[in-house]
Amino acid sequence: MITRFLWQGMDRNLRLFVLLILAVGISLPLANLILAATNPAHVPSWVLQLVGKYLCYALLALAVDLVWGFCGILSLGHGAFFALGGYCMGMYLMRQIGSRGVYGNPILPDFMVFLNYKELPWFWHGFNHFWFAAIMVVLVPSVLAFALGWFAFRSRVTGVYLSIITQAMTFALMLAFFRNDMGLGGNNGLTDFKDILGYSVQADGTRAALFFASSVALALGLIISAAVVGSRFGKALTAVRDAESRMRFLGYRVEGFKLFVFVLSAAMAGVAGALYVPQIGIINPGEFAPGNSIEAVLWVAVGGRGTLIGPIIGAVLVNFGKTWLTGALPEVWLFALGALFIVVTLLLPKGIVGLWGQMKSRSQSRKARAPA
Amino acid sequence: MNAPTMRSTSALLYLSGVTVSFDGFKALNNLSLLIEPGEMRAIIGPNGAGKTTMMDVITGKTRPDTGEVVFDGQADLTKLDEASIATLGIGRKFQKPTVFENHTVRDNLLLALAGMRSWYRLLTAAPTKAENERLEEILSIIRMGPQQHMLGARLSHGQKQWLEIGMLLAQNPKLMLVDEPVAGMTDVETETTAQVLREVNKSHSVVVVEHDMSFVRALGVKVTVLHEGSTLAEGSLDQVSADPRVVEVYLGR
Repeated sequence: MITRFLWQGMDRNLRLFVLLILAVGISLPLANLILAATNPAHVPSWVLQLVGKYLCYALLALAVDLVWGFCGILSLGHGAFFALGGYCMGMYLMRQIGSRGVYGNPILPDFMVFLNYKELPWFWHGFNHFWFAAIMVVLVPSVLAFALGWFAFRSRVTGVYLSIITQAMTFALMLAFFRNDMGLGGNNGLTDFKDILGYSVQADGTRAALFFASSVALALGLIISAAVVGSRFGKALTAVRDAESRMRFLGYRVEGFKLFVFVLSAAMAGVAGALYVPQIGIINPGEFAPGNSIEAVLWVAVGGRGTLIGPIIGAVLVNFGKTWLTGALPEVWLFALGALFIVVTLLLPKGIVGLWGQMKSRSQSRKARAPA
Repeated sequence: MNAPTMRSTSALLYLSGVTVSFDGFKALNNLSLLIEPGEMRAIIGPNGAGKTTMMDVITGKTRPDTGEVVFDGQADLTKLDEASIATLGIGRKFQKPTVFENHTVRDNLLLALAGMRSWYRLLTAAPTKAENERLEEILSIIRMGPQQHMLGARLSHGQKQWLEIGMLLAQNPKLMLVDEPVAGMTDVETETTAQVLREVNKSHSVVVVEHDMSFVRALGVKVTVLHEGSTLAEGSLDQVSADPRVVEVYLGR
């Protein structure tokens, strides 16, 4: 039943793409671990960390595309779900430090000792277990998305108003998490992680495993998204995107459709954030910055809104460009980002994947016109 | 205050004393209307007579200020939302055809097909044999079998109107509200549409709002003339067009 559900959306291209993601997920860590540093095919650890980060961003982009591309909900606050997933993972990692912190307190993380906490705040309980943190990574963003979506979709808040609400949500969370009273490390956030599941987060083997886990999460996210979009639910979903009131007159309760994808998408973003944090080694309130959420939307636009592969390609390409430009010409990056937004809006309404499709259909029609 | 006593009636649709005003302008003014089961009724009237507002009230898009709207002798439509009213069995075709442009003709009909509406069941459901047979049947009634895999966006205006009628059929409502089905159609298309609607009327009650007099004549059904939000005249097309008040409203003084 579940396997049939998961395979219903897969076509040949998607299957190949899933295999490609898994191939990257296996080959890069192996090239890092097994090959000698002198070997030209050796992948240095910093590349592994960088590409691992891209994989998490790609999963976030896929989550944004699921609501924006297929349901027409332009969320400008998906960075919040990503960051919340990240914080849940960060809390687990903090509790793993134990007495190895600077102050050597076996229970309280360093920042709490520094801020004169006498005992662990209630919401930190349970995060010493990985399974608990893993559930929270999915649950916390989902519950927030459910609460926001429940009120917004029922009161028929759509379009730009919904975008503003999501943007305000991530901004409010950023301000809240900056406060020391929040009990989550204030503006320093959570860092100085030591172990994950008993393995050092610095070790090459752990990094390789995290990289592989990220690729598996991305592949799974892609398969689930394809199944949802390829089902009859997906047909109804894109119909809601194109003509919402028409769907109401057909007797569909549009809210349920929107709420389901919004929550699913938030959960995917949360998982992406949770995989991101141990690879980067820090989570702080800056991850809630509205700009991050807007950048994620841009990745989707560049790659191709409303396609499944597009957001992944977009996230990897734009972030590669960002890494390269902020290194080579740091002052140019923001201008390049702005220019990219304009170029995509004007020239590539369907993104890179759409461009490829256009060229393909053009060459086909040329072939059809050619005399036999 | 005592609850309004709902008149027991055999009518499928019963409107009584319905008033709707927008910023003081009365779009509907004490409008009453009775549609019997199995009937097809044509509603005509000049621009601004309140035809579309009446449709909006029946489908739950607009709430009337006062008045009763009763469907099937029991359901009070002024208390229900669009989705519930659609589920009760009232289908609507809009003035401007709004088919799903990024879906094929067949998928458009599949979405409209009565039954599956819950999002969680749709996640795993495949179209059943009965559903596929019904789709074929509708495709042949609206004469669009050959175009079933075309995207909605690529249909001509007339084809979109027929697809809309097909979508209404797929909903299998007790009552079909059809808003200006032949606007912008050629004469041949208009004639075909009248045939399609007469065929639809064999199994469904229909209310048609239309400007085109030759089309209304081709339908050959009872006509209600609306003017300034209330009923001006009712009867066969010949009767109402002989009515001096109707002539005055249409031709002006």
